[in-house]
Amino acid sequence: MAHSTSSLGIVSGRLNDDLLNKNFEDLHAPLSNHEALVASDRCYFCHDAPCMTACPTSIDIPLFIRQIATGTTDASAKTILSQNILGGMCARVCPTETLCEEACVREVSEGKPVEIGRLQRFATDNLMAKNIHPFSRGSKSGKKVAVIGAGPAGLACAHKLATLGHEITIYEAREKGGGLNEFGIAAYKSIDNFAQKELDWLLSIGGIKIEYGKGIGSDINLDQIQSDYDATFIGMGLSGVNSLRCDGENLHNVDDAVSFISDLRQADSLSNVKVGRDVVVIGGGMTAVDAAVQSKLLGAQNVSLVYRRGKEDMSASVYEQELATSKGVRIIYNATPLEVTENGSSLDVKFGYTESIKSQLKQTGETFSLPANQVLKAIGQNLSNQSDELKIIDGKINVNEHGQTNISNIWAGGDCAIGGDDLTVTAVAQGRDAAVHINSQLMK
Amino acid sequence: MADLTSNFIGIKSPNPFWLASAPPTDKEYNVRRAFEAGWGGVVWKTLGSEGPPIVNVNGPRYGVVHGADRRVLGLNNIELITDRDLFKNLDEIKRVKKDYPDRAIIVSIMVPCEEDAWKTILPLVEETGADGIELNFGCPHGMAERGMGSAVGQVPEYVEMVTGWCKKYYSKPVIVKLTPNISDIRKPAAAAQAGGADAVSLINTISSIISVDLDVMAPNPTIDGKGTHGGYCGPAVKPIAMNMVAEIARNPETANLPISGIGGITSWRDAAEYMVLGCGNVQVCTAAMTYGFKIVQEMISGLSQWMDEKGYESTEEFVRQAVPNVTDWQYLNLNYVSKASINQDDYISCGRCYAACEDTSHQAISMTSDRKFSVIDAECVACNLCVEVCPVENCITMVQQEPGVIDPRTNKVVEEKHGDWTSHPNNPSVFAAE
Repeated sequence: MAHSTSSLGIVSGRLNDDLLNKNFEDLHAPLSNHEALVASDRCYFCHDAPCMTACPTSIDIPLFIRQIATGTTDASAKTILSQNILGGMCARVCPTETLCEEACVREVSEGKPVEIGRLQRFATDNLMAKNIHPFSRGSKSGKKVAVIGAGPAGLACAHKLATLGHEITIYEAREKGGGLNEFGIAAYKSIDNFAQKELDWLLSIGGIKIEYGKGIGSDINLDQIQSDYDATFIGMGLSGVNSLRCDGENLHNVDDAVSFISDLRQADSLSNVKVGRDVVVIGGGMTAVDAAVQSKLLGAQNVSLVYRRGKEDMSASVYEQELATSKGVRIIYNATPLEVTENGSSLDVKFGYTESIKSQLKQTGETFSLPANQVLKAIGQNLSNQSDELKIIDGKINVNEHGQTNISNIWAGGDCAIGGDDLTVTAVAQGRDAAVHINSQLMK
Repeated sequence: MADLTSNFIGIKSPNPFWLASAPPTDKEYNVRRAFEAGWGGVVWKTLGSEGPPIVNVNGPRYGVVHGADRRVLGLNNIELITDRDLFKNLDEIKRVKKDYPDRAIIVSIMVPCEEDAWKTILPLVEETGADGIELNFGCPHGMAERGMGSAVGQVPEYVEMVTGWCKKYYSKPVIVKLTPNISDIRKPAAAAQAGGADAVSLINTISSIISVDLDVMAPNPTIDGKGTHGGYCGPAVKPIAMNMVAEIARNPETANLPISGIGGITSWRDAAEYMVLGCGNVQVCTAAMTYGFKIVQEMISGLSQWMDEKGYESTEEFVRQAVPNVTDWQYLNLNYVSKASINQDDYISCGRCYAACEDTSHQAISMTSDRKFSVIDAECVACNLCVEVCPVENCITMVQQEPGVIDPRTNKVVEEKHGDWTSHPNNPSVFAAE
């Protein structure tokens, strides 16, 4: 082996292939048939179930679990997918611990919720393994809809529109679809190329065409699309990365965590992915955790995740934080980056301690420095390629309760629109609901 | 420390737990293992007449109703009586009894309904030194088609007749095992008593189709595309069996007839329930077939702990204790009023009580938008459904309404004195009698 965890600099192959493969195995192993039956039996089939209310896509969770318990997993999957066409991915990436499973009455009573996420995966995986697509395209409406972005919001919107008989063209800036499912989440949450498999399965409904390598603003423009289509849905996500706003940000090896994760996800082999010996991740969301954990799993010796506020303010769930620490990531709370400086071939990151006083974040005046070969910024993303006509509020496209923008034949959803909370499941809900409204407007 | 030793119709055993006549007691090897594990006695699997041995099917014999985690709730079997040679069985019984003199060995017998058949086999059984016999008048499958098993148990006259022959040709205790596949269990019990039986044991298995294979369109277990009814046993049959036990125990005619309780006994508690309903001891099969012989250790320690806690020194002290409290519906106190009460600290907001009451009962539970549930006393009839469907034990309880208060459902004062159907003004026979 060429390198080890202690090798200097940013290198690949710190761990042997066996260890790398083991590290990047499924985070949660799929349930066996028997395990699924046992897990499903724990569901109380609550009246007006709290889990269902907690799910952004309002999946009928008690019903799909009962369908598993009675040996009808295809029906179970259809219950899930009729509300959330990306139910397979959501079963893998949803922070269930802050959504359905947090609301589960068994979490309330015993601290052990029904394993809703794993059961959802059991049902959807079974259906997809049989290559069954339980929905069909509606009779042709003659209407054409453009969808900008083949991420969760765009795909959910396109699929729903297809069931309603419309003809959809998706314009995707990258050469692959899936959006953050493909490029933005930790590899161990979506093994075996699941995002692409799910995309192919979703498209099998028909009536959806994807044009890759067509980014809005650069390759296509909104005015042209508006004139070519009866309606447009924008689900282009947030392609810009927020800056640290401190000195040294532009130094070599100060990278975006999003790019790091994307490169890792697209790598032919984990043994080709480079990672520093000493990695400092700055941020407090899921992207920060995904970057930190994967750095550690690639063989980085020291990985620090530094967040400017306290543990309870971190948008990554307690579960995600514990996952990070269990993999050996050190989390430092209440510290904000002041500057990055070069130290020979390495970097030093200087932080100032902070405290919250009446919810105002203040620096205490004390500082410390962390040595780093690689600094990964994960402090949020922003909307780029803004159109002049679209109304933007707080950096996101303004939409009404139907997902409609200030321009009446343009809708938006997912991370680029207000109300999106950076979750796949929310994006799916917004895309789906916008499709329903688009249909109601087109068929007036 | 409680004394678990049992003296059932003069047959002594170190505890009241016997293995029922069934596959676990078919041969010496199994019975020795059972005794080593601690079982107080066994009823040896049913012997048939001398001659060519019985044949069994060569396909599956059992089927099961599973609960969660494949817990065995009910077991169905189509196995016949022993398919081993009569004399081999008799030799083994003799040997085992000699080696385990403190354990009870009862020999189950099923031969044709002819006096000669019984007259022939009984001396052979007597010669083994076994402590008694049990007459298999219960098996509902296979042998019943040949005029034995439940075919005899369903005709009280035959029960009395065959019991009489056994008392005539056998000197030790005779237990008559009853079939539940009959409309009034008291009749064969009385017949057994009239024939001179020392005790009855019940229940044998219930005629059943355990499940249907929807691909081959045949009952399970399926033998070459066909299935037949079997005998059902295990935890699922316990409520049915206990009612039959109680019917015999509280029938004045058979109140002194000793009973050995059988049917789904899986823990010490099941055994205790059977015993307080009138059983001198109990017999177990499905639990052993599911978990192995070791389970008797839990039964022994559990019964012992419960007896210590309650201050019972011997099993005789609690046998039949619940019998006086088993009564007919008409004698239940209609002036007793209770209301469901939901403990607001224990509940977990699942809303099952609400769904059950709102959809299927009396609309007596209210639900707020923030998922708080409470009982509407003016609607609650105290049916107990909410208590039973609630996943949290004791979260919902039934609270007795004190005499003197007004029941908001009926607007009537709760009366202190007993009042039942026999004196109720709505009962037509109250007036007819006057």
